[in-house]
Amino acid sequence: MSSHRSSSVLDWPATSSSRAGRPVASAAERRRNRLRRKLKENLTAYGLLCAALVVFALFSWYPIVRGVLLSFQQVDFVNPPSWVGFDNFTRLFEDPLFGVAWRNTLLFTVLALVFGFLVPFLTAVLLNELRHAKAFFRLAVYLPVMLPPVVTALMWKWFYDPGSGLFNSALGAVGLPGGQWLDSSDTSMLSLVFVSTWANMGSTTLIYLAALGTIPGELYEAAELDGAGMWKRLIHVTLPQTRFVLLVLLLLQVVATMQVFTEPYVMTGGGPDDSTVTVLLLLYRYAFVYNDFGSASALSLLLFVALGVFSALYVRVTRKADES
Amino acid sequence: MRTLVSPSTLRSPGGKIGYAVIFGCTLLLFVIAFLFPLYWAMTGAMKSPQELAQTPATFIPNEWHPETFADAWDQLSLGKYFLNTIIVAGGAWLAQLAIDVPAAFALSKLRPKFGNVVLGLMLATLMLPAAALLVPTYVTITDLPLLNVNLINSPAAVWLPAAANAFNIYLLKRFFDQIPDELIEAARLDGAGPVRTLWRIILPISRPILAVVSILAVVAAWKDFIWPLLVFPDTEKQTLSVMLQRVAIDMPLNVLVAGMVLASLPMVALFLAFQRHILAGLTAGSVKG
Repeated sequence: MSSHRSSSVLDWPATSSSRAGRPVASAAERRRNRLRRKLKENLTAYGLLCAALVVFALFSWYPIVRGVLLSFQQVDFVNPPSWVGFDNFTRLFEDPLFGVAWRNTLLFTVLALVFGFLVPFLTAVLLNELRHAKAFFRLAVYLPVMLPPVVTALMWKWFYDPGSGLFNSALGAVGLPGGQWLDSSDTSMLSLVFVSTWANMGSTTLIYLAALGTIPGELYEAAELDGAGMWKRLIHVTLPQTRFVLLVLLLLQVVATMQVFTEPYVMTGGGPDDSTVTVLLLLYRYAFVYNDFGSASALSLLLFVALGVFSALYVRVTRKADES
Repeated sequence: MRTLVSPSTLRSPGGKIGYAVIFGCTLLLFVIAFLFPLYWAMTGAMKSPQELAQTPATFIPNEWHPETFADAWDQLSLGKYFLNTIIVAGGAWLAQLAIDVPAAFALSKLRPKFGNVVLGLMLATLMLPAAALLVPTYVTITDLPLLNVNLINSPAAVWLPAAANAFNIYLLKRFFDQIPDELIEAARLDGAGPVRTLWRIILPISRPILAVVSILAVVAAWKDFIWPLLVFPDTEKQTLSVMLQRVAIDMPLNVLVAGMVLASLPMVALFLAFQRHILAGLTAGSVKG
């Protein structure tokens, strides 16, 4: 890897010609020099790029191809992989958990959008109006984002404990009956969404807050002069002015929540009654519990197809925002 | 600055009271929602196991057991797992800087032939959900092509894939693009080679973006769970998150909670120290990424 660091390659290509100081070079010579310079410049650039090219090749580009191949192969790490056509997909479709996992994941994503989209936006609108303790609000809302997700999940598992947990203790203190939270299949997914929203809303809130800060005050003034009340100003000024950020975060959140893993893995293990088995949890089981890497890859491919559209839109939208 | 609520409404007597009420409620809500859970974990760790299991829970510990933190440090071998996590996160950080900065510089300032193709191929990986690459990358890690090396249980299994980060390259390249070419030209006329230019001219003026990339790298590596879970089956090599999850069932709750608090402290301290950079990275990372 260090061989390209020889000084000859890394000299700026032009230095040799400027040093030469010959008064007039023939056209052919100049062309040759320019060619040499271009070649050297390219060699230098690829010298600096080579480490990145190697890691991208090994850990991004090759796994993409490998993932597609694995989806149609049977792998047991003893015999060479054999082609099995669509067998892996058939096995997935026949697994009763397959449908359950997709439904659960979709439920998680929809619930996470309702909470994780609305709550941070309203919080940001509210914080934007407050004139005091701005730094404190920002710090507080972002603090959970810094906690390792495993810590957050374990902590909330303890809060949810139906016996001595924080929630039921607090509810009991005001005379309300406690809930089963993670232990009932009716509330388990909702409980996970709560945790995920709590843990992640800091970043979305602060991004909305930054977007709200760029709205020109005159727009609100003009709307007010036109007789628009607070609600109308929110709908006709705030929303259109932030719609771009809203769209970007919507796409980002769909992609992120469809890949939920840590919360169900740490807090419920997929239970009770498979009510929190998500696609990624199923994928993990196929690969690392059943050692069926072919089916796991097939599931990855399906997940990619399901999310590819959102990811592509996300990249497009953000790129476009960047250019404007 | 003019916002949704008009200044005249705020100045009216009703507005003043309304503001005070809303401000007070928000403050209370924020304390309950975001600070109270942390208080609960801190004090929970210092309760006796019996008190921790009692219903209803006590809001202030009857007895204080601060020595639980020391017990947790010993019983969970936190020293070892901290070191593992620091090696994993620190290495991931260095690998990202060492590999992504020269690459972004080459793409931005040297503009080699097919540079745009290379950049496009890198950025295309951003469209892949991370989960879709989990299995094939794991399979690759167990037997690197051509080299036939197995990286399982080695921190390099985290470092190297972390460096294949198109988003870093994109952020860095965008920053380098704004550096005027005249500056590079001047360095060249002074006889500085590209590496020297990168080291002496570009890096010093790129401190803000390097700080953002560094913080993103360290925080992401410290928080990551699923990848370390897969690549460190050897319990001696695991990171804090993986270890905490593994021992969660067997450990007494007060010890576990104390371990969780201790494992979170470095990130909280990092946040308090580098808020400005972290929040800058947040907007760089999510709106424009």
